[in-house]
Amino acid sequence: MRELMPRWDGKLAIGVATVALITVFALVVPLLAQDPRSSANPALLPPGPGHWLGTTKLGNDVLAQLAVGTRGSLFVGVLGGLVSLVLALFFGILAGYIGGVVDEVLMLLTNINLVIPGLPLVMVIAAYVQNAPGLGSLARSSLMVALVLGVTGWAGSAVVLRAQARSLRTREYVAAARVAGEGTLRIICVEILPNLVPLIAAQLIYGVIFTVLGEAGLSYLGLGPTGSITLGTMLNDAQTGQAVGTGAWWWFVPPGTIIAALGAGLSLVNFALDEVVDPRLRQAPQAVRRQRRSRAAITREEASA
Amino acid sequence: MTPVDGVLSASHLVKTFRLRSGLRSTPVHAVKNVSFEVVRGRTVALVGESGSGKSTIARILAKLETPTSGQVLLDGVPTPTRGRALAEYRRRVQMVFQDPFASLNPFHSVAHHVERPVRIHHPELTSAQVAARVRDLLDRVQLSPADRFASRRPHELSGGQRQRVAIARALAPGAQYVVADEPVSMLDVSIRLGVLNLLADLQREQHLGVLYITHDLATARHFSDELLVMYRGDVVERGPADDVILRPQHPYTQALREAAADPERLGALRDEVRRSLRPLGQERSASA
Amino acid sequence: MIVERAAEPDLTVQPVLTVEDVSIRYEVDPPVDAVRGVSFTLHRGEILGLAGESGCGKTTLAYGITRLLKPPAVMTGGRVVLHGRAGRDAGGDQDDDEATTDVVALTGEELRRFRWDRVSIVFQGSMNSLNPVMTVRDQLHDVFTTHRPGMRRRVREQRCRELLELVGVDPARLASFPHQLSGGMRQRVMIAMALALDPQVMVMDEPTTALDVVVQRSIIREIMVLRERLGFAVIFITHDLPLLIEISDRIAVMRDGEVVELGTAEQIYRAPQADYTKQLLASFPSLSGTRGGFVRGREEVLGA
Repeated sequence: MRELMPRWDGKLAIGVATVALITVFALVVPLLAQDPRSSANPALLPPGPGHWLGTTKLGNDVLAQLAVGTRGSLFVGVLGGLVSLVLALFFGILAGYIGGVVDEVLMLLTNINLVIPGLPLVMVIAAYVQNAPGLGSLARSSLMVALVLGVTGWAGSAVVLRAQARSLRTREYVAAARVAGEGTLRIICVEILPNLVPLIAAQLIYGVIFTVLGEAGLSYLGLGPTGSITLGTMLNDAQTGQAVGTGAWWWFVPPGTIIAALGAGLSLVNFALDEVVDPRLRQAPQAVRRQRRSRAAITREEASA
Repeated sequence: MTPVDGVLSASHLVKTFRLRSGLRSTPVHAVKNVSFEVVRGRTVALVGESGSGKSTIARILAKLETPTSGQVLLDGVPTPTRGRALAEYRRRVQMVFQDPFASLNPFHSVAHHVERPVRIHHPELTSAQVAARVRDLLDRVQLSPADRFASRRPHELSGGQRQRVAIARALAPGAQYVVADEPVSMLDVSIRLGVLNLLADLQREQHLGVLYITHDLATARHFSDELLVMYRGDVVERGPADDVILRPQHPYTQALREAAADPERLGALRDEVRRSLRPLGQERSASA
Repeated sequence: MIVERAAEPDLTVQPVLTVEDVSIRYEVDPPVDAVRGVSFTLHRGEILGLAGESGCGKTTLAYGITRLLKPPAVMTGGRVVLHGRAGRDAGGDQDDDEATTDVVALTGEELRRFRWDRVSIVFQGSMNSLNPVMTVRDQLHDVFTTHRPGMRRRVREQRCRELLELVGVDPARLASFPHQLSGGMRQRVMIAMALALDPQVMVMDEPTTALDVVVQRSIIREIMVLRERLGFAVIFITHDLPLLIEISDRIAVMRDGEVVELGTAEQIYRAPQADYTKQLLASFPSLSGTRGGFVRGREEVLGA
């Protein structure tokens, strides 16, 4: 079991710490800070006591907005990541395990999804959904944005998972399970999936990063959720409020920083997971270090002899 | 003589794969019309080199492949390809795979591998009965104390121990026939005989019918009653093991026999090579 | 315990490679001593068999002798000496400086020249290391353009054809790509490449294990013919002791990084001294001996 866990090293520690800090910030600070929509404060105050990160043009507290926005972005990110993971698992594992015509059809759909340029598609779908009648308040909610991003972002992961499932399918232990009398579903769930856990986790994190960035992009373009605050909507507000022109850096730098830090932190965790999926990634540098060390030891011995 | 109370037979098996390259596909005749019988309590060896079709036959008997034509019969009855009847077939016919490093799931414990077939084929057993049966199976393949091995994972075992787990798994449903596809070729030489002897013991004790698939003439001879030699999808020679090995008739069997290392021919190859080169050697020493 | 015995008197006792007290360690956690104080002498034109099971250090030793060790493996001690070719006519070849060489001390250009020029290697998977997008001709020519830059193209082509003929491959195959050749043919091409520069020593690590027995047989016969004609010495590494007994002059049996017994093939077969040698010999049922003896005689055979 231990070989399925990432090794605890500097990269992973920094990644986990960054993501954890941001998550705690998003969960705890909204409870303590003032209402992010309250415009009772003076407009465009620079950071200072009372308003640690200043205020916006509308007099909203930036810290409060940042905390609630981070929570919103994380919500969209995790939800979108999960949606795309479920789709990737369905398309990838099924295509990879069953093969034949099923594989051809599922992969055709995956490839179509893969070659359509991502952001324009998301924009079209988001714009369409928002104007679709009968969706009501759901139309421009963060839930819908997460769904749209999830539905468009699974294809890459599906290809990766399919390749791995295909290779696992031909393993002798899968054949052995069939001979033992196991059913197809049980073979996929019990014999194949556990060996895919690190890869699946990596794909989930990749999906979360994709969704967080995608949501920021959509919101910045004005296609984001209207009812809720996210990091993307903050940037959009800062843009329309001409924060750059008026030098109100405290309005756009914090959300930008959090997006960058979240992306970086999740990527660092993913690197550690990649090393579990492909141990060569970490064995080669380790081996070089060891050899250098032992060479040094031998030279010392020779020198003292 | 032991009474003949069961027979697994392959009847006119043919397997043709289609090798696709681009739009064209060329047929590959892996198995061409092969028939034989495995009687309970006896071992049939299927000898051949890679590409001879012997592993395809193993996979057809284990119902991992369907033959292009021909049938697998159990006690003379054609065998099913799906459903409950297939489960019944699997209970009686099991397989031991070549590579014990690949045939055990690295994620699962030894107990899982042996327990699952017991549960699948004997759903009426209680958990305690299943556990007792698993212990008994592990003991029987000489993995004792069973409790110490049950919780281990494949990577904590040696190659020989893994193959013993694979044998226990094959016996777990209460199998009457075992298809052993090169069961020792991936193991270290000094433990091969141990595993083969274990199979031979179990076969005697449990009156198993064994199809032993190998490329090694020597073990095929020592561990089987009947021997079939396969070459490019065809059985080219068959008969009692000793007859086939000691008095091979077919040119291919003779070539196999000739090619197998035999320490009794110590130095013979070198002397033969020297003799055949002598004229050339003299030339060289003359010119030097 | 090393059971060392005098070599047969009729061997041409002119050493070509001396391995003295070589130790190799894998610097992993904890460190693994893969080869521990191994010594032997390889004589000119001799086939020395190196027998042992997986993990006994035989392949590591081969890598050590040819200076191919990669981290985390490190040679922690010992000497490997390649002796000069006495009385060799130097005409034609550029490297007439074939003096006695301390292999461990070689670096850079010298090391490159030592490998392939003087000691060549064929591994089990060698046949898969041919470049799939280059013809056999280009790859064989490459050996000469790299190691014999002065050689004329016509001479090179001539040598390549000779080499393929030597190993029993139709020279017309020079134009083929590796995937157009069978496994046996590719391994023969690798042997041709190893022979290209007329080395003194060939290290062969399970050169035929991946091949079918009939092909294996013809390649081994080819190696023995070439050895007689060209006079190189061979270190032949395999787990297949019966094969070694059949073809080797002397055999070293390795276990846990040490040579437990070294003797002529006949001594090893007829009167093995070390228990491990006996155990290894007993692991191979005889093709023509009494049938079924192994099924029942297990306890005494394995002693476990």
